[in-house]
Amino acid sequence: MAIRRGRGVAAINYPTGMNLGGDPTQALVHSTPTGNFMVTLSSVDLGQGMKQIMAQICAETIGVPTDRVVVDTADTDTGPHCMGTFASRGTHRAGNAVIQAAKEARQVMLEVAAEELEVNASDLETDGQGNILVKGAPRKSISIFDVALSAHFKRGRSISGRGMFLIPRSYPEKETGAMKPSTCYAHACTVAEVEVDDETGEVTVLTVKNIFEIGRALNPKMVEQQLVGGSWMGISHALYETTEPYYPNRDHGGTDFNQYLMPGPGDLAETEIIVLERPSADGPYGAKGPGEMCANPQIPAVANAVFDAVGVRVDTLPITPERILRALKAQTGAPN
Amino acid sequence: MAKVPVQFTLNGAEKAEFVDSGTTLLHALRDKIGDTSPKGGCHQGTCGACSVIIDGELRLSCLTLAETCNGAAITTTSGLSQGGVLHPLQRAFLDAFATQCGFCTPGMIMAAKVLLDQTPNPSRAEVVEALSGNICRCTGYEPIIQAVLTAARSNSQRAA
Repeated sequence: MAIRRGRGVAAINYPTGMNLGGDPTQALVHSTPTGNFMVTLSSVDLGQGMKQIMAQICAETIGVPTDRVVVDTADTDTGPHCMGTFASRGTHRAGNAVIQAAKEARQVMLEVAAEELEVNASDLETDGQGNILVKGAPRKSISIFDVALSAHFKRGRSISGRGMFLIPRSYPEKETGAMKPSTCYAHACTVAEVEVDDETGEVTVLTVKNIFEIGRALNPKMVEQQLVGGSWMGISHALYETTEPYYPNRDHGGTDFNQYLMPGPGDLAETEIIVLERPSADGPYGAKGPGEMCANPQIPAVANAVFDAVGVRVDTLPITPERILRALKAQTGAPN
Repeated sequence: MAKVPVQFTLNGAEKAEFVDSGTTLLHALRDKIGDTSPKGGCHQGTCGACSVIIDGELRLSCLTLAETCNGAAITTTSGLSQGGVLHPLQRAFLDAFATQCGFCTPGMIMAAKVLLDQTPNPSRAEVVEALSGNICRCTGYEPIIQAVLTAARSNSQRAA
């Protein structure tokens, strides 16, 4: 009986979004009379930071500072349609819709500015600070504040735009079942080191080293935050969490946080996160969806590390001490 | 059922309410007084989201009866900022990206505040121990631990 050490590796591809009926999300963007911009969505910010990211995307597209954008989310009574926040789709789907809506609003904004400055709209550019300039003659300019006032009170224009994300619906092929459920793919690789006590079946995760390829990180600190939390969650899924430990038997499921186990602050493995950015062709400013992907590679990596440590393949999650001990027993040919 | 009078200070302000006997402090704070910073997670003392400070001690408001708090001094996360300036712990949580959905955050900050009030320069192990009664779904805990350690350092710099 001994503490045995093992190392496991796993790599994954993970789809961004899904394709039920084209996976649509729509967005509306409009300016207030003072040149702030409002993004209206039904999409939900669960804490992953969607409001911040949509504000950045809208601001970048229109050419204003991010703090000039307000994002309203999660009202399906009044907002444009969204399939929802799941399948790592929020940034990618809603972001594409917001870009399209913001481009349309920007075009109206430039048309109004062109009338005020008596130039062609195609000769105008934004400085990202809230001003519209004539290309090559930047001293001829107008603030977006004044453009919005003009649109509302003089020109009778609505600085607004409509955007939608929709992909062709993909039907499974009759023969093979193959389909194209998603658009771009994020990638990850994890190396996990564990210690397994072959007497008690207890697993201690020593280190988790993750590399995530997530397209462009639109907000690097928020991406890091999500990946750190996701890596922990992957370990939690691998070793702790279940509502039905003897599925399909429903008995002995945890009924509260005393019984539904998760690793706490004292159970953390030394964790490393490396981000690779390979911008996706169809993502908003190159983004992909890292949300669910980041909690996946740790699971097979831990399973492989347990195999490396004690030579048993546990193929049912979570990899509990009981399952490890039963597998070790089966290996010796003893009845379980 | 007869109502029971309770009086305590909440974040320095006198509060007086009539509550049903058996009302939890969590219910009194959120639904009677309107301080929604303590969160109702499990209502059985296993998640820590409802944590408040009563007379300097960390307490679970979901397991504390309001009528036992007569004369007590109660602190919640909503009382930490002063004149629009965030408490060092709140600032550290923001700077460390130690919150995502935010549901556990007020309880985490309460637990951290009691720790730092009693142990101004805690070790990492002491921070882990202090947070071990609070659960978090999103962050993986490490950013929270780092935020508490950072707040402790900024406190000791101010004191120096």
